[in-house]
Amino acid sequence: MPILRYAIYRFATMLLTLLVVSVMVFVIINLPPGDYLSNQIAELRASGQEAGVAKAEFLRTEYALDRPLWQQYMIWVGFMPGPNGFAGLVQGNFGWSFEFDRPVSEIVGESLWLTVLVNLAAVLFVYMVALPLGVLAAAKSKTWIDYTSAFVGYLGLATPNFLLALILFYYGHKYFDLPIGGLMDPAFEGQPMGWDKARSILIHLIVPTFVIGTSGASAMMQRLRANMLDELGKPYVETAIAKGMSPSRMLTKYPLRVAFNPFVADIGNLLPAMVSGSVLVSVVLGLQTIGPTLLTALKTQDQFLSAFVLMFVALLTLMGTMISDVLLVLLDPRIRYEGRDA
Amino acid sequence: MTPLLSVENLSIGFGRDEAVVRDVSFRVMPGETLALVGESGSGKTVTCRAVLRILPRNAQIRSGTVMLNSGGKSLDLTTMGERRLRDVRGNQVAMIFQEPMRSLSPLHRIGNQVSEVLWLHREGSDSDAKRQVLDTFARVGFPDPERAYRSYPFELSGGMRQRAMIAMAMVAKPDLLIADEPTTALDVTTQAQVLGLIKELQRETGMGLILVTHDLGVVANMAEQVVVMHRGRIMEAGAAEPLLRSPAHPYTRQLFNAAPSIPAEAKPAPPLPDQDLILQMKAVSKTYTMRAGSAWRPDVLIHACRGIDLKLPRGKTLAIVGESGSGKTTAARIALGAELPDPGGEVLFRPKDADPIAVHHMSRSERTAFQRQAQMVFQDPYSSLSPRMRVLDALTEPLEIHRIGTRAERRDRAAEMLRQVGLNPDMLQRYPHAFSGGQRQRLSIARAMMLDPSLIVCDEPTSALDVSVQEQILTLLEDIRDRMGLSYLFISHDLAVVARIADEVAVMRQGLVVEQAPPDTLFYNPKHPYTKALIAAQPTPDIDRPIDLKLVALGAGAPESWPDGFRFSDTVIPSLTELEPGHKVRYHV
Repeated sequence: MPILRYAIYRFATMLLTLLVVSVMVFVIINLPPGDYLSNQIAELRASGQEAGVAKAEFLRTEYALDRPLWQQYMIWVGFMPGPNGFAGLVQGNFGWSFEFDRPVSEIVGESLWLTVLVNLAAVLFVYMVALPLGVLAAAKSKTWIDYTSAFVGYLGLATPNFLLALILFYYGHKYFDLPIGGLMDPAFEGQPMGWDKARSILIHLIVPTFVIGTSGASAMMQRLRANMLDELGKPYVETAIAKGMSPSRMLTKYPLRVAFNPFVADIGNLLPAMVSGSVLVSVVLGLQTIGPTLLTALKTQDQFLSAFVLMFVALLTLMGTMISDVLLVLLDPRIRYEGRDA
Repeated sequence: MTPLLSVENLSIGFGRDEAVVRDVSFRVMPGETLALVGESGSGKTVTCRAVLRILPRNAQIRSGTVMLNSGGKSLDLTTMGERRLRDVRGNQVAMIFQEPMRSLSPLHRIGNQVSEVLWLHREGSDSDAKRQVLDTFARVGFPDPERAYRSYPFELSGGMRQRAMIAMAMVAKPDLLIADEPTTALDVTTQAQVLGLIKELQRETGMGLILVTHDLGVVANMAEQVVVMHRGRIMEAGAAEPLLRSPAHPYTRQLFNAAPSIPAEAKPAPPLPDQDLILQMKAVSKTYTMRAGSAWRPDVLIHACRGIDLKLPRGKTLAIVGESGSGKTTAARIALGAELPDPGGEVLFRPKDADPIAVHHMSRSERTAFQRQAQMVFQDPYSSLSPRMRVLDALTEPLEIHRIGTRAERRDRAAEMLRQVGLNPDMLQRYPHAFSGGQRQRLSIARAMMLDPSLIVCDEPTSALDVSVQEQILTLLEDIRDRMGLSYLFISHDLAVVARIADEVAVMRQGLVVEQAPPDTLFYNPKHPYTKALIAAQPTPDIDRPIDLKLVALGAGAPESWPDGFRFSDTVIPSLTELEPGHKVRYHV
């Protein structure tokens, strides 16, 4: 089964890439002089709080920050025993956040899957809006439908996300009684998942999805329209019409199918762009996603926290590209059968 | 008897412009073939598409009717609703298009695309449909219908794709088939076989056929009725035989005179002189390695050229003829030094009154001298001229590169060259888009002439042009050659074109020269089965000389299917043996 073999191969390369990324993330985070604890110790010394210093020193040895950088890395990933034996990413131990004085896993816990949720919703929104509109704009090119959708699209591209967010919150609240800010009713925070909590999250998702997805959707719509117009001029479209197909069936079976490939390839790029692009939106909307956490962690040199968040974003990206690569191979026989004897 | 299709006073126009098809009327009887003949811009394609109303969006049918009489009912195709028209398309009237490469969706299996016609127009289960499609595949000549059913278009050759298109058109057993230049993109032997297939299918099913073509040779082989179009109007129409024997309209006669053909009778010609060679290729081979894409399979070696020995005497024309993939273009590129031959091969260029130059081991100064002496004219005049350069700049660029003359001198030379190729020197300030295809090819020739070369390599210089334009360009090339003492290496897939201009022809197949002789000798006494197939496949506008499909089938197949004496494989290759002076054939002695 060639596809399966390809998927396995692709998965292996993904793991390898992830390993390289982890080295780079770790090195880059450690590039600025000092670390969170040494900074803190210096500060404590300067203000004469010797008691705090002892605790900080303890943490330094506890998390092996006193060892050479390569050993720190090995311990962090979990390839080498640290002071507490093997306890790294591989073993599922994400480290300690010095800034929040809590384990990283506890801090990111819920926001991790909320991030995935928000961004998946936004990606789905992008495809669900861009696909029909792009096809429609191409099929009815140079009519009022085309012009209107292009206008709305450019409006979507040109409006800053946070502004859109504020406007939507205001009117959404006024007319539809949508909640403002957050990803769930504060009452549910920290509660186990239940029916009411899921409902609350869904309602809270509406505005963020719209805000994060709009610009991506309008960009994708324009590109799909251009691709479709190219394809509509190809002779195989004529062949399909000459067979007696109806326009809508012809459009979706042939040109859309060909024009769609670039969009599958886009999934990989869409995910990370949205995660990093939605930081500002998350701040404005008060979303408990991972974006704002990353911002704080980077600012305070909270190395385990920021390293973990960066690794998570990298993982999302790599998974996205892997999924789109495998999908492309499934979708396009020209890639699949390259080199097969005719 | 009621006609199957009658087109009355049809006029079609684009936007607000003048009509491109004016007052066209013709009838197609059941089981009959009507050929719609004309050059590009004659409106023949628009006319045939108007039957099914498959027209660009800004085109409108301005007047006239198209009536289809099918199943005892009379349908007006110009006024009927789009939804009802869909039942006619692909069902009662089917179409085949020009480019089989691009007329099939690259992402769907052939079987799916063909079965779709039945899904759309026939009741019945999918397995019924599949069985019917497999039958049709077998009928149109797929050796393994099941495999074809599962294939994607890019896995098939051009001829096989056109067979798939024909299967798609035929699977619903239409009453009328419209074929828009169905063989123009195919090699001549493939063309002969595809035409033969269409004819056979027509005989079996009794369908009517509208064949749109620019090739009078195809018309002579296929049609019972002919309609000649020019600039949107019918010039002449009538039964094929009287029309082809004695065309009445001057335009038809002009088309006839322009159509290249292989002479009906030929006498053997004397061999070419062997001295004063301007170009000599010795044992030139070229092997490409195609990476297999997977570490487990070995790389594939492709022999584009194998042991080519060619001699071009000064002032003569040597033609290399072969189908696509025969290695003719690779040979030409090697001759010009654009490609390196495998070790052991050598190309010698002998300038007049100077030492010979080994084309692939040139010093810097030799290279400059060689480039001034050897120029090229390309196949596609639309893409070989930069759309952003004025004619003047395009023509003087070679002189600038070689630092010849002052600005004024260069300009004068460009004007002179335009005159030489039959264009007006006023045109120097224009951009290429302002010229027609034929004029552009004249510009390409003028550009090649700017450096006053002694050798010109012409790579299918007329295959993108209309017949009448092709005729003019060939005349021009002959004229310049004789006037300036040029030598041509002429690459073509068309024996009839070569028949006229070449002094010697080398026929290539799969990288090997299989037969070589002056054209007249070749036509008088072809020895190799492939040469015979090429000659037999050439459609001539002579109704008494139909294509001989048996000869074509004999020679156009794989080399393994040739008679024993000519067979070759990758390892056993017979040598090119001189049969009589100046006539070489590759066969086992």
